[in-house]
Amino acid sequence: MATSLRCFLRSGKKAVLVAGRRGFQRSAPAGVQVTVRDALNQAMDEELERDERVFLMGEEVAQYDGAYKVSRGLWKKYGDKRVIDTPISEMGFAGIAVGSAMAGLRPICEFMTFNFSMQAIDQVINSAAKTYYMSAGLQAVPIVFRGPNGASAGVAAQHSQCFAAWYAHCPGLKVVSPWNSEDAKGLLKSAIRDDNPVVFLENELMYGVPFEMTEESQSKDFTVPIGKAKIERPGNHITLVSHSRFVGHCLDAAAVLAKEGIECEVINLRTIRPMDVESIEASVMKTNHLVTVEGGWPQFGVGAEICARIMEGPAFNYLDSPVTRVTGVDIPMPYAKTLEENSLPQVKDIIFSVKKTLNV
Amino acid sequence: FADFTPQATFDIKKCDLHRLEAGPPVRAELTREQGLQFYRTMQTVRRMELKADQLYKQKIIRGFCHLYDGQEACAAGIEAAITPSDHLITAYRAHGYTYTRGVSVKQILAELTGRKGGVAKGKGGSMHMYAPHFYGGNGIVGAQGQIFETFNMAALWKLPCIFICENNQYGMGTSVERAAASTDYYKRGDFIPGLRVDGMDVLCVREAAKFAADHCRAGKGPIVMELQTYRYHGHSMSDPGVSYRTREEIQEVRSKNDPISMLKERMLSSKMASAEEFKEIDTEIRKEVDDAAQFSTSDPEPPLEDLCNHVFCSDPPLDVRGVHPWSRLKSVS
Repeated sequence: MATSLRCFLRSGKKAVLVAGRRGFQRSAPAGVQVTVRDALNQAMDEELERDERVFLMGEEVAQYDGAYKVSRGLWKKYGDKRVIDTPISEMGFAGIAVGSAMAGLRPICEFMTFNFSMQAIDQVINSAAKTYYMSAGLQAVPIVFRGPNGASAGVAAQHSQCFAAWYAHCPGLKVVSPWNSEDAKGLLKSAIRDDNPVVFLENELMYGVPFEMTEESQSKDFTVPIGKAKIERPGNHITLVSHSRFVGHCLDAAAVLAKEGIECEVINLRTIRPMDVESIEASVMKTNHLVTVEGGWPQFGVGAEICARIMEGPAFNYLDSPVTRVTGVDIPMPYAKTLEENSLPQVKDIIFSVKKTLNV
Repeated sequence: FADFTPQATFDIKKCDLHRLEAGPPVRAELTREQGLQFYRTMQTVRRMELKADQLYKQKIIRGFCHLYDGQEACAAGIEAAITPSDHLITAYRAHGYTYTRGVSVKQILAELTGRKGGVAKGKGGSMHMYAPHFYGGNGIVGAQGQIFETFNMAALWKLPCIFICENNQYGMGTSVERAAASTDYYKRGDFIPGLRVDGMDVLCVREAAKFAADHCRAGKGPIVMELQTYRYHGHSMSDPGVSYRTREEIQEVRSKNDPISMLKERMLSSKMASAEEFKEIDTEIRKEVDDAAQFSTSDPEPPLEDLCNHVFCSDPPLDVRGVHPWSRLKSVS
C-alpha cells in the first residue's frame, strides 16, 4: 500500500500540474491522465452528489480515506451520513447494507478485499442476488459490492483469490470487472445507477496506474454500459479475451506478437455477468482462433465458461483449433516471490499460448 | 552471581472480574531464572520484529506484515502459563506466538523473506506460520458474529477454552470507541466469566493465564481474558499508524509502560540481576537476530518444483494444470 500511496502522490501532482497549465480554459482538458483510483473516486463522488440515496459503507472508508485511499476526501465532503466506517464485521455490515437497499437506499458496500466477502457471502447471494426473483419482482436490491479482487503482491494464499467465477455463477447478480480508468469510472457509475445487485471487482495493482481519459469521459453523465465488452485492439489472426489486469498483459503480448506478423484482437470483457458472448463470437468468426486469459483458477472459471458458450453457438464452426485457456495455476497462492510469479499468467505465457494455438 | 536475589514477589494490578467470585492473585512470584527467561523471550521478539521492519523497508519482505512490538508480554506471559501440548491459535499478528510456540527466529524471518528455510518453506508468508499445537497465523478474521457462536457452543459444551482478546486499542485505523458499542471486551462473553488484565505486565499476564488455565482444567468451561496492550507499529507495515493516534501517545506508552523495561527495572531494583547481564543477553539476542536475518536473505527461494506440492494430504501424486494446457505440473502430498 506504500506503493499505492506513492502512486497517488505522483498522479495527484500530475493532475494539479495539468490543471495549472490549462488554468485559462474553462472546460476540462481533453486527454488527461487519471489513475484507476482517482477514476473510482470521481465516480463515487459524482454519484453521491447526484443521488442523496447513495452512500458508502465499509472498513476504514471514512476517516482513514479508504484502506487503499479509493474513497479519499469523500467523508470530508459528504459527512457521517453518507460515508460510514463500520466495525470489522463483514457478515453484519453486508446484511445492514442489503437491508438498506431493500428499504430504498442505494448502498455501496466496500469489502477491503473480496477475500473478506466470503465472511458475508450469504448476504450477497441469498439476501441480495436472489431476492428479486424470490419476490416475483416485488423487492429490488439496488446495491453495489465493491473492492479489490484477485492477486496483489506477496499477500499469500488467503488474500489473493479471484472471485469472478464464484459470483458470476449466480443468477441475479451482475458481475463487473474493469481494467482501465475509463472502465472503472464508467462502469462504477453504471453499477450504482443499476437497480440490481452488482459485484464490482477492482484490482489493487491497477489502482495507481494512470490512463488517458477522453474529454467525454470527464462528463458527470458519462457511463459505460454493463454487459458490453470492448475491443481494445483489432486484429485478424487470433482473439484474446480477458478481464481486469490481464487485459494489459494481453495488449503487451499483442505488441510483441505484432512484430512477428501475428495480429491479435484483444477483447476487454468489462462485464463477466451478463457476458457479452456476441462480441466474442463475432471476433472468433473473423479470426478462427481464441485464447482466454484470466488470473483466477482454471476449474469452472471464466475461460471455462467462454469455451462452453463458444461451443454452444455459431462461432464453434469457425474455430480452426480448440480454445486455449490461460489461467492462474491450480494451487493456493504461494507467498515466495518466484513461486508467486509463476502462479499467474505472464506475458510470455500468453505469447506461448497464442503461438501454440496458431500452430506456429 | 551468588549475590543476586534468587526470588522475589511483586505487586501486580488487580484484574477486573466478570462473573467471577475471585480472580488471580495480586502478588506474583518471580525467580531470577524465570525473570531472565522472560526478558530473553520478550527482547528476542522485540528485536525480531524490528528486524522485520527493517527488512520490509528494504523490500526484502513483501505483502502484509503485522508487527507485534509492544505486545510481547502477552505471548510470553501466556506461554509461561500453558504447556506445549496445549493448543493455541491466533490471527494475523502472529510472529510473537510463532516464536513462543517454538519456531526459531531464523525460521520466522526466512518465512517472512519467502525462502525455503522458512517454517512454511516460504509458501505461507507472515500470516501463515504453524508449529505443533500452534494453528497459525490466520489472515481473515470474523470479529463479531462468529465469536458469539463460538462462545455459545463453548459454554454449552463446557469446552476448556480461553478466549483471549489482545486489546491494543485499535482495529486497524479505527479506535475501539468507534467500533464497539461496549469496549468491556472481557464482559462480552456474557454468560462466560471474564478477566481484564494488564497486558503490558508479563507477570500479570502469567498469573491471569494460569488462573484461566486452572479454571478450564477444573472442568468449569470457557473463560474470556482481555489483555490491555499496545502496538507501537501501525496495523501493518502499510499503515504509518499516526493518522488515527498521536506520536505523543505512542511515546507515552514506550516510556511509561513498555513491557521489557518494566520487567528489567523490577529485576534491577530487587537486585535479581545486573545491568551487565541484561546487556550480555541483549548482545546475544542481537547476534541471534542478525544471524537469522543473514540466513533469511541468503537462503534460496523455494524451487519451482515445490510450486504445486501440498495441495492434498495423504494422497497419491496429482497432476496440476499450469498457466496453460501445455503446462502439466506435479503435486506431491
